[in-house]
Amino acid sequence: MNIETTTQADVTKAVVEARNLDLVFPTSDGSVQALKDVNLTINKGDFVSFIGPSGCGKTTFLRVMAALEQPTGGEITVNGMTPDEARRQRAYGYVFQASGLYPWRNIARNIKLPLEIMGYSKAEQEKRVNEVLELVELSGFGGKYPWQLSGGMQQRASIARALAFDADILLMDEPFGALDEIVRDHLNEQLLKLWARTNKTIGFVTHSIPEAVYLSTKIVVMSPRPGRITDVIESPLPSERPLDIRDSPEFIEVAHRVREGLRAGHSDD
Amino acid sequence: MKTLIAVLTVLSVIIAFWYAACLPMNIKGVLTEAERAGAEVTPVGAKERRDLGEIGLVLGNSFAVPATWAQDRPRLPAPHQVAQELWKTTGAMVLKGKMMSKRSLFYHGWVTLSATLLGFAIGTGLGILLAVGIVHSKVMEMSVMPWAIVSQTIPIIALAPMIIVVLYSIGVQGIIPKAVISAYLSFFPVVVGMVKGLRSPDGMQLDLLRTYNASTNQGFWKLRLPASMPYLFASLKIGIAASLVGAIVGELPTGAVAGLGARLLGGSYYGQTVQIWSALFAAAILAACLVALLGLIERMVLRRMGMGA
Ligand SMILES: Nc1ncnc2c1ncn2[C@@H]1O[C@H](COP(=O)(O)OP(=O)(O)OP(=O)(O)O)[C@@H](O)[C@H]1O
Ligand SMILES: [Mg+2]
Repeated sequence: MNIETTTQADVTKAVVEARNLDLVFPTSDGSVQALKDVNLTINKGDFVSFIGPSGCGKTTFLRVMAALEQPTGGEITVNGMTPDEARRQRAYGYVFQASGLYPWRNIARNIKLPLEIMGYSKAEQEKRVNEVLELVELSGFGGKYPWQLSGGMQQRASIARALAFDADILLMDEPFGALDEIVRDHLNEQLLKLWARTNKTIGFVTHSIPEAVYLSTKIVVMSPRPGRITDVIESPLPSERPLDIRDSPEFIEVAHRVREGLRAGHSDD
Repeated sequence: MKTLIAVLTVLSVIIAFWYAACLPMNIKGVLTEAERAGAEVTPVGAKERRDLGEIGLVLGNSFAVPATWAQDRPRLPAPHQVAQELWKTTGAMVLKGKMMSKRSLFYHGWVTLSATLLGFAIGTGLGILLAVGIVHSKVMEMSVMPWAIVSQTIPIIALAPMIIVVLYSIGVQGIIPKAVISAYLSFFPVVVGMVKGLRSPDGMQLDLLRTYNASTNQGFWKLRLPASMPYLFASLKIGIAASLVGAIVGELPTGAVAGLGARLLGGSYYGQTVQIWSALFAAAILAACLVALLGLIERMVLRRMGMGA
């Protein structure tokens, strides 16, 4: 009966529900099946990582969730609506691999960009800029231009930009892909803290097994040609995660299972 | 310092070449004049010399060399002659307090410049409007772009008289026809540059705005327009030079009495080569100043936008 109630609660908390999702890209030399029969439920407050070899459809799935891509089959709902309705309600903060900051705006004004578009008052804009700058530990850098910041700081600024408005879903496509490992560790730690403080639902694409295991409550392992989900791992790790948790047996256990999943996907072709 | 030396070297090579070119270009005229004045010239008689090589004549009559740089109406005036004429019609006029007299290049320059600026303003405005339309509407792109390209393949020399005649027949004359020709030449680079600039934001930038559910209008003002600024300035520099050419060309067919084009035309009527060359230089200097001024504005604007480098 205990199990019964949890499933019941899970259904009501679902933020993203994908059922038999298919996506085929027509290209000049035949069509590419980027997603095939994808089923996934993401609950409120989840930190979901997508991991898999290049071309397995991680980016495509994230883009489908954000209504930047139209599925060719199956169903997907976000907050109980179609992704496009959710987009119109500004349900997403999207962080791309490149920071995409405007070179003609300083950091504070870059963060104001979505706020201006969404019509927040001047005072509210100021308040939120200061809040998110503090959240990503960039207080005092608001007046700097993007080229005056390191790559890691630029990426943090782009995360701040995605946090500034009230989207409760944060989608991140390899946000730390271009950064070195030390900076990455630090940003991962910060990201976890930020997630704990804001209680957002996060979808996170990565190529790194340790990163996926360290960050996630749920790890989605994917494989290519056609892009599909081969394994979904619920992390047994506690929500409090110091960096050295990566040496614990549980962590190594989960990492091992992810690696097995990736290998199984590979041997298919 | 090194660049200064390099620039000066190039400049002195050009000037040396120019002086050298004056010898063969002017030698026949000089010898004819010298013979008339009673000097001994080999061979004797203009008829005899007509079919001989210029280089040979220079070598055989080396006494005449200084004179090739000092003729009244040389085929090719020497650099110092052009410089003197330029000074006489600019600086010297200012010193005499007659800066805007009919013989001053400042007067003629201003006549041409005013038409240039008016035409440039019209051309730039039109170019930007067309580019905005083209970027936002497929129909505009397919209906306007081919005509814009075709418009630039018609030689302006052929078109200018027609524009002037047509405008004259409906009672428009003076600065307007020149400005129209100016605008005709300058709108095209602005269209091309602005279209490229407005399209310069990549897919990711546009996707980001989509996730904000931004309107087309917001996308234009917040992303496309600022992103196009560096492209716009590159086109403006080409456009202003084209505008100046347009204004000068617009002065030729009317037989205008004022403007750099009029000075060129007048000079060629009366064989005043020195006047032609000094008008040419005045036009070139004016163009250089306009482009430099735009470069300065560009640097100021981009710096204020935080993109200065
Ligand atoms: N716009 C598109 N048109 C055609 N094919 C596409 C398009 N976008 C993606 N694809 C194809 O779909 C498949 C999945 O691409 P996707 O970008 O989702 O992979 P990915 O898992 O994000 O890879 P990576 O790790 O390299 O980022 C690939 O085979 C890719 O070539
Ligand atoms: Mg990708």
